[in-house]
Amino acid sequence: MKIPATKYPVERLTLDNGLRVVLSPDRSAPVVGVAVVYDVGIRSEPEGRTGFAHLFEHLMFQGSANLEKLAHFRHVQGAGGSFNGSTHLDYTDYFEVLPAGALERALFLEADRMRGPRLTEENLRNQVDVVKEEIRVNVLNRPYGGFPWLKLPPVMFQTFPNAHDGYGSFEDLESATVADAEEFFERYYACGNAVLSVAGDFDVARASALIEKHFADVPARPAPPRPDFAEPELTGEKRESYTDRLAPLPAVAGGWRVPDPIGDFTGYLPYVVLAEVLTDGDASRLVERLVQRDRIVTTVGGYIGFMGDEYQVRNPTALLLQAHLPPGGDAEKVLRTIDEELDRLATDGLKPGELARTQARMATHLLRDTDAVLGRALPMAVLEEQRGDPGLLNELPKLVGQVTEAQIVAAAAALRPERRATVEVIPGATS
Amino acid sequence: MSVTHVLPDLLPDSRIKLPKQAERTLAGGLTVIAIRRAAVPLVELRLRVPFGRAPLPRATLLSQALFTGTGTMSSIDIAAELQAVGGGLSAGLDPDRLLVTGNSLTAGLDRMLEILAAVLTDPAYPSTEVAVERERLVDHIQVAQSQPAHLARTALLKRMYGRHPYAVQTPAPDQVKGVRPAQLRALHADRVRPDGAVLVLVGDLNPEKAIDAAEKALGSWTGPSRDGDVPPTPALEPGPLLLVDRPGSVQSSLRLALPAVPRTHPDHAALQLANLVFGGYFSSRWVENIREDKGYTYGPHTSIEHFLAGSALVAAAEVATEVTGPSLLETMYELGRIASLPPGEDELEQARRYALGTLRLGMSTQAGLAGLASMYASFGLRLDYLTEHSAALSAASREEVAVAAAKYLAPAKAVTVVLGDADRVEGQLAALTAVERSRE
Repeated sequence: MKIPATKYPVERLTLDNGLRVVLSPDRSAPVVGVAVVYDVGIRSEPEGRTGFAHLFEHLMFQGSANLEKLAHFRHVQGAGGSFNGSTHLDYTDYFEVLPAGALERALFLEADRMRGPRLTEENLRNQVDVVKEEIRVNVLNRPYGGFPWLKLPPVMFQTFPNAHDGYGSFEDLESATVADAEEFFERYYACGNAVLSVAGDFDVARASALIEKHFADVPARPAPPRPDFAEPELTGEKRESYTDRLAPLPAVAGGWRVPDPIGDFTGYLPYVVLAEVLTDGDASRLVERLVQRDRIVTTVGGYIGFMGDEYQVRNPTALLLQAHLPPGGDAEKVLRTIDEELDRLATDGLKPGELARTQARMATHLLRDTDAVLGRALPMAVLEEQRGDPGLLNELPKLVGQVTEAQIVAAAAALRPERRATVEVIPGATS
Repeated sequence: MSVTHVLPDLLPDSRIKLPKQAERTLAGGLTVIAIRRAAVPLVELRLRVPFGRAPLPRATLLSQALFTGTGTMSSIDIAAELQAVGGGLSAGLDPDRLLVTGNSLTAGLDRMLEILAAVLTDPAYPSTEVAVERERLVDHIQVAQSQPAHLARTALLKRMYGRHPYAVQTPAPDQVKGVRPAQLRALHADRVRPDGAVLVLVGDLNPEKAIDAAEKALGSWTGPSRDGDVPPTPALEPGPLLLVDRPGSVQSSLRLALPAVPRTHPDHAALQLANLVFGGYFSSRWVENIREDKGYTYGPHTSIEHFLAGSALVAAAEVATEVTGPSLLETMYELGRIASLPPGEDELEQARRYALGTLRLGMSTQAGLAGLASMYASFGLRLDYLTEHSAALSAASREEVAVAAAKYLAPAKAVTVVLGDADRVEGQLAALTAVERSRE
């Protein structure tokens, strides 16, 4: 089946203060998405301040020069819109989706906090409490919390930026100060370190004028030098396990380093496709073998990037496979069977049609994501930030479709057990 | 440069424009609704089949095993054939309906419909595949039972619905273990029928032609369905707070249920606005209070849940164990305040604009439109409900919202459940209200 493509228009401009802007108009629905991405994430937070990038994201919602606490939320929602932000390994995003008539309001809100958030002791303490509850909900009070995105990096990596817990320890969160926040803003939240992106129902000339109006007086500050987070590969298999006192059943996740997603996109893309060949749907290699035939796992999934953001992550990153096991399940056996399937793929190649159908389904997923204005504004902002190429979003279905069987086979052959980091969940729940 | 930074005005919204659509009820009783949104070359598919009062363990396993095989295709064939057209189908269950969800590349619509037809009209439920799905379902339920949100929900439903069929929505693992493939085949023959079912297709399509394609593929799906009407839900019976013990829990799951009305009820728009002002979105009193002021919780939320046999308003928050009592106190305070005093003009307008805006956002994607059209259709409504509801939201007066709040949001009417470390929170809660420990 021929893989279709989107043709979303992409306009790029840079303001005098260094802010990069991406515009992608599309008038098929009367809504706009606005995203601002800052080139700072979990990997950039200092030692002793684990979780700080995420905590700081919360502080960006706590008011700014012309906005009291709570005002940002009220102005977005009172315009009929929704907002959020999220902290990733390599970037932090802030975004709104609103009826088209609220575009200027969203630009005003983003510009105001880009000039500087209100950093107060009271707001900091309040948001430390909120973040602790977030960590309790998502990690501490539920089974499999943080598995594997917080549990595998310390097995796979040696350096603090790549290995540490991005949600943060309570101790580090509690010791964060307003001065830390001011310094973090000063260093990383420079407009030269940011990209503004707008997608949806707007006129380019008018939107450009509004962006100039609201952002031109954001003080020009250059992006800080970005450290290289590269570190050597594992020299041998690494395996760890931990007991999850809330988990009733075992689970296991393994990761293998992959080529640089940005420096070597051509070498990287086959791994993205391989993850789907292995795990997308009942007809995929590992689901067929592990779930249906051998019945040694109940679910298996595969993806790239610890946060599942395969086109928005920098080096170093990994292909992850994770599986949940039935009662008494044997993780060792699961890993052995995965190795066997990878060997088989590397030796015998793909079955007729196997690659084409995987690529067709991947195209559907990619296209479906772009139907939402934020599904364009957000990735385009990050693609501009990391690659200077927001239009890559239009190209992805085609590029995925061009990956060859030989590339998949070579990628599978590189997923050797001696290059793998593994973390195993020992069920500790008493039921 | 002298710049004043003043909040810009909003441009007025354009009128809600409904997409091009068509509808036809096929001879077998299936209603097909096709809606055009051509933004991306895909089609979204939703099928809802009436499934009220179906025996829960069998119905749940059926929903997990629906794609395990047909007379001519294995589960792997089905998945591979769908994938080849960029497609995928999956099934789920709620207390009223069996729901099939899927999508494919536009050019794959005919093939996806053919495969769906084969699954609906020629199911095999092969023993081996059913056994695999049965074991997986049992494991999934066991994992769910270790999750506080699931446990709190389970306790709340029981407390809300008593002996009504909605009281239990997840089967016990042991009940699932006893389900045989022959029972799935019988249930399928009995209940997976087109009578009363609605198929929604949304995407880069010509609505009439898409319905023709559905008619061609699904014309052979026939047969009457057994009556699955669920009796009306009983009125909520307020009583002591039900405390469910989860030893060692570092948070308490606070849940409150309050009465609500269906979408077509004259009070609905006013109640929706009252709910928003109270706790139904981030800029609500409850969230601003217990999160942004007190820091007790991360994501408190309330919503009006509609089922065919009744509606309810449910409020949910995961709060730190040590502030469980104070969280309940603030919740009761905010409910009492909205039930006793009219909302402010500004906060009502803010909630109204939010409600109107989210209707537009919800219909701005193929998947959003498909979800809305399918959900509305299962309640006998169509997409023009969006226009009617917008008008009702625009018209609801402050007095009407105050009346609705007094009628539905009064804390005296709440059914309350807390799941948490009972030894640590019982005293805090008992200081505020009568507490009864769950005996399960």
